Amino acid sequence: MLSASFAILFYAATAILVVGVAMKVVRYARVPAPLKIPTTPAPVTRAGVILRMFREVVFFESLYRSNKWIWLFGWTFHMGLWLVLIRHIRYFTYDVWWWVALAQPWGTYAGFAMLAGLLGLWARRFLVERIRYISNPSDHLMLALLVAIAGSGLMMRFVARPDIMSVKAFMLGLLRFRIEDLPAQPILLVHLGLVAVLMIVFPISKLLHAPGVFFSPSRNQIDNPRERRHLAPWAARLEG
Amino acid sequence: MADGDDLPRMDFPLDIPCLKAGAMEGLHPFLAAPEHQAKLGFPGELLPDWKERALEKMAELAERNRAFQVYLDACVKCGACTDKCHYFLGTGDPKNMPVARQDLLRSVYRRYFTFAGKYFPKLVGARDLTEDVLHEWYSYYHQCSECRRCSVFCPYGIDTAEITMAAREIMDSVGMGQKYSNEIIGKVKDIGNNLGLNPKALRATLEDLEEDLEDETGISVRLPLDEKGADIMLITPSADFFAEPHIDGLLGYAKVFHEAGVSWTLSSYASEAANFGLFIGSYENMREIALRIRKAAQDLGVKRIVFGECGHAWRVAYSFLNTLAGPFDFLDQKYPIPQHILEFTWGEIQKGTLRFDKSKNDHIRLTFHDSCNVARASRMGDEPGGQFEIPRNVIRAVCNNYFDMDRDTTHESTLCCGGGGGLLTDDLMELRKKGASPRMAALQQVSEDHGVTHMAAICAICKTQFSKVMPAFGYEMDSVLSVHQLVSSAIVLTGQETGDDEEGADPRGETA
Repeated sequence: MLSASFAILFYAATAILVVGVAMKVVRYARVPAPLKIPTTPAPVTRAGVILRMFREVVFFESLYRSNKWIWLFGWTFHMGLWLVLIRHIRYFTYDVWWWVALAQPWGTYAGFAMLAGLLGLWARRFLVERIRYISNPSDHLMLALLVAIAGSGLMMRFVARPDIMSVKAFMLGLLRFRIEDLPAQPILLVHLGLVAVLMIVFPISKLLHAPGVFFSPSRNQIDNPRERRHLAPWAARLEG
Repeated sequence: MADGDDLPRMDFPLDIPCLKAGAMEGLHPFLAAPEHQAKLGFPGELLPDWKERALEKMAELAERNRAFQVYLDACVKCGACTDKCHYFLGTGDPKNMPVARQDLLRSVYRRYFTFAGKYFPKLVGARDLTEDVLHEWYSYYHQCSECRRCSVFCPYGIDTAEITMAAREIMDSVGMGQKYSNEIIGKVKDIGNNLGLNPKALRATLEDLEEDLEDETGISVRLPLDEKGADIMLITPSADFFAEPHIDGLLGYAKVFHEAGVSWTLSSYASEAANFGLFIGSYENMREIALRIRKAAQDLGVKRIVFGECGHAWRVAYSFLNTLAGPFDFLDQKYPIPQHILEFTWGEIQKGTLRFDKSKNDHIRLTFHDSCNVARASRMGDEPGGQFEIPRNVIRAVCNNYFDMDRDTTHESTLCCGGGGGLLTDDLMELRKKGASPRMAALQQVSEDHGVTHMAAICAICKTQFSKVMPAFGYEMDSVLSVHQLVSSAIVLTGQETGDDEEGADPRGETA
């Protein structure tokens, strides 16, 4: 009963995440940018734009220039998150891939880094007057959700270890449309339940910044308006 | 509302003010009259069904403009932009923080167009569109100069200018336009320039200037108008025809063209570089104004288009002209289309065509204000960042004493003059002064450190704004200069009697 509920929850969450984000991405891709609006100085070649975007999503270049504290906490959280996600791949493959094994020792510390980053960001929402002003309840809830996920994850690593082989069997089963037994350990269930919630809210929340950044015209456009004419389909129709 | 006497004397580096909620609340520039609105294709006054229309417009913008859609969705409220707006720094009003300004519209977008906002409005800060909200939009979307400084620092490149333009377009579409911008756009459509200067008056002005130039230099330097078959058509802000220091810049262009030996002309039909269609976010109006330039170029049969010193005009020219009014296959493809006057002048300096007596500018200790639209929304030359280097190269070629302001306030981090984006109107004077205070703080710093006396600019709005507000900060109103005014002062025309020709005058182009 418990295993079946969680199986359904994860199938539903995955479907909502994939379909929801896909719909948004299709929309972002379909809606034209009628004018050339890269924030200049901007790259003048496609390769340059790819490099700019790479620096933006890997190093958070603009944020670094803007505010060192937000950068420190934000970057620490996101990089920690990547390592933790990579570490979790082992629960979805029968044989553990070599590069996932490589991330294993780092993934643990990354969990702490992630938590530290989140708490730093959350503290700023209370302590910095300007950021307190712009915060909505959802901004606090999102941080609470992520802190709870990271916290419950670390608890399972260091305090109350679940039967991890059963968890892996359950996940591998889901991938093959079979429902295996999920250990009924409270912390595990909380962890998994919150992850499912995160997946569900992804397409209807500010987490859309993740796909959104790639579609931001001020960052992804090439600075070449004099060389190449840029024309949106609806604008072309004005020319009749 | 504050009375304008509480101008913040900011220290440098810039302090971040404490929040003063409501400090600029209720600021309300004059509404456009029905006849101004009609010329632009907008309803004359607020429609009874304004709310439905506004939401329809919002839906339309989400379909037409990717930036609008992505920027409304992507913000995570990280706070990186909160201390970047000069209006926030100058007023302390929290709604002048870029993210908070966006949220005025984002909250409504969320309420009507997102799942979370429809079902959990309190949770995500969504709110109904009411008449109060509309008036709040009108107030705070006319406290943004669309300078894009926030977009430099946003991790997603969210550009508040795009949101401000969208908000103004929505308000225009329901009959709530701003008088200053919309009246001026009407004038361009009727007469060809922002001033409403008719061709006869323009011709008379130019003839007077030609006489002045001949008196000054002893050389006949022409300011041709509507000359068919000229190689170059110069499009320049109409302020260059009458205002100080703009007009001295125009004389500089004329001298450079004269020395370069090119044939050029102004157009009375397209006697305006400015395009306020940008400020109100109206693609259609911006396009209509831009098409005047295309028509003038075709009618006059010119081969090249060169733009004079103007910030947002250069954005529209450099970034949008090809889109709005292209393709320009009838022009000479060997030259950039369009070209900036500074690109032209710098090219001539490199060729060695121009001779300068730099000592003519020795009474000036100069700094340079990067205009926001040139810095963050355009380029000059072939390399990214040419918009910073080329003006400085030209300045250094004509002026001995040059000092940059603090790097956090120049180049792509430049602070807006406080009067851009359709705010250069007397009914917003208090905001303009407060918005200028961060730039003034940076200027005061170089004045103290290096004895800087003057600041050069390459934008008609910056020049007008600074000459108006600088006296409030202890500078003379003529402390702001056109870059081509400096060129004009230093240039030695061929055959010109210089008076003090033993010293100073550099030999012509030996290094080129």
